[in-house]
Amino acid sequence: MTERSAVDASLELVLREERTRLVASLVRILGDWDLAEELVQEAAIAALEHWPVDGLPRNLGAWLMTTARRRAVDRLRRDARYRQRLVQLGEEADEMERPIATGGPLGADDRLRLLFTCCHPALSREAQVALTLRTVGGLETSQVARAFLVPEATVAQRLVRAKRKIRDAGIPFRIPESSELPERLEQVLAVLYLVFNEGYLASDGAVSARRELATDAEWLTSLLVRLMPDEPEPLALLALMRLHLARIDARFSDDGSLILLTDQDRSRWDHDAIRGAAASLDRAARMGRPGPYLLQAAIVAVHAEAPSYGETDWAEVVALYDRLIRLQPTPVVALNRALALGELQGPAAALAEIEPLAPRLDGYHLFHAARGELLRRLNRHDEAREADRRALALTDNPAERRLLQARLMEPNGP
Amino acid sequence: MKYMLIIAGADDGWAHLSEAEQGALYEKIRAWWGEHAAAGEILDGHELQPGSTATTIRRSPSGEATVTDGPFVEGKEMVAGYGILDLPDLDAAIRLASSWPGTMDTLEIRPIVEREAMPETA
Repeated sequence: MTERSAVDASLELVLREERTRLVASLVRILGDWDLAEELVQEAAIAALEHWPVDGLPRNLGAWLMTTARRRAVDRLRRDARYRQRLVQLGEEADEMERPIATGGPLGADDRLRLLFTCCHPALSREAQVALTLRTVGGLETSQVARAFLVPEATVAQRLVRAKRKIRDAGIPFRIPESSELPERLEQVLAVLYLVFNEGYLASDGAVSARRELATDAEWLTSLLVRLMPDEPEPLALLALMRLHLARIDARFSDDGSLILLTDQDRSRWDHDAIRGAAASLDRAARMGRPGPYLLQAAIVAVHAEAPSYGETDWAEVVALYDRLIRLQPTPVVALNRALALGELQGPAAALAEIEPLAPRLDGYHLFHAARGELLRRLNRHDEAREADRRALALTDNPAERRLLQARLMEPNGP
Repeated sequence: MKYMLIIAGADDGWAHLSEAEQGALYEKIRAWWGEHAAAGEILDGHELQPGSTATTIRRSPSGEATVTDGPFVEGKEMVAGYGILDLPDLDAAIRLASSWPGTMDTLEIRPIVEREAMPETA
């Protein structure tokens, strides 16, 4: 007999580590996403029945995989719809009965297939996000709904539609060919970064539920890095996330207001984590082909490694933005580059750079907030207030609103 | 899997191209189509007359038919042709559609319902 609590703890741990591998492998064998998830659930229930009586198996992950696969074969045999599939998979029969060693290359491939399928460009971004979090990340539908502040029924429907499209439109369960890989990897990275930002930037109602999204995204990205160790951009994105997470505690004051980089208490940053992330970044840089995530992470690393705001290597930041803007010629990158330039050449220079961006960034609150800050430094207080009011009207984020409101109440000062 | 490839282009078709350019593009499309048909990837398909020749019939709930001039979706892009594809999966269909010679066109891929075929024509 094994203690019930020991069984529960072991099961929770092994599911955290192995759930994605189990689901991915079953999706490949069955071609049915719902059934795959159901069988993993069944295998977990079987574990709760058997492990307290029989004792813990030597390899918990392999036990779950064998159980789920055995049940998969039973289902395939029982259900006429799957009969043809069973014949097709005849050659895989041996493999299905054989317990998969954890960390084996086959299991790894299935998880990567799962991730690429969830982020297939034929699915909407919302569907990609929901499917990735639910299937690869193992979140419950209700957790995804809470984190994205949408009704649970909406997420459930997105998942149903996405799975139906995968089946009916013939979206394949495979890793893209090398010619397609850059574009497809970009989709995966965009989904992971969106999930991260959704959590990292959260400051409202369900903060803790949303904050977890950032760590979920970090976990998924570290999985991608393990599965594609020779690709620089996943590693760079992971470094970027870790550089942000290392400083997250210093971003908010006790009352939940946002603290700008200028005013953050740098002793509250996790400097070990920053060093670790910077080392990953160096490794990614040595792989060559610097991509947009590498450059973004490099910029964040310059900030994270500066002893104080005043001692930031602004020339390096501007040089990195110059390279980034060649890969991503967007007005937001141009805005950030101009602000860095302002630290080198003064607020008038930065303002001259950002004014031409107004037509394209008029709806972007941070454009107005940045403009307000520059105008204030130039002692143009009335214009600064006007810009802050524009910014305030454009954001719902409570922490940002508090910061802007505080600014508006400040007396004109030198 | 079978898909319908729906090819849409600007309403004024190739009017912006010279006659020689039109001829060259048409030759490219013929060669492209022939190559994929020979490979068994395109089973069937046709080029359609311009949208200005279309007639739309709308059925009311009671079954009444209203006939109007023009295609059912008015827009800048008109369906100009279609092909029936037989390919292993959506990625293969996307690859094929991405290699279509008409660079300015828009293409839609729709899976065909295969569980119950329409009756064969005599």
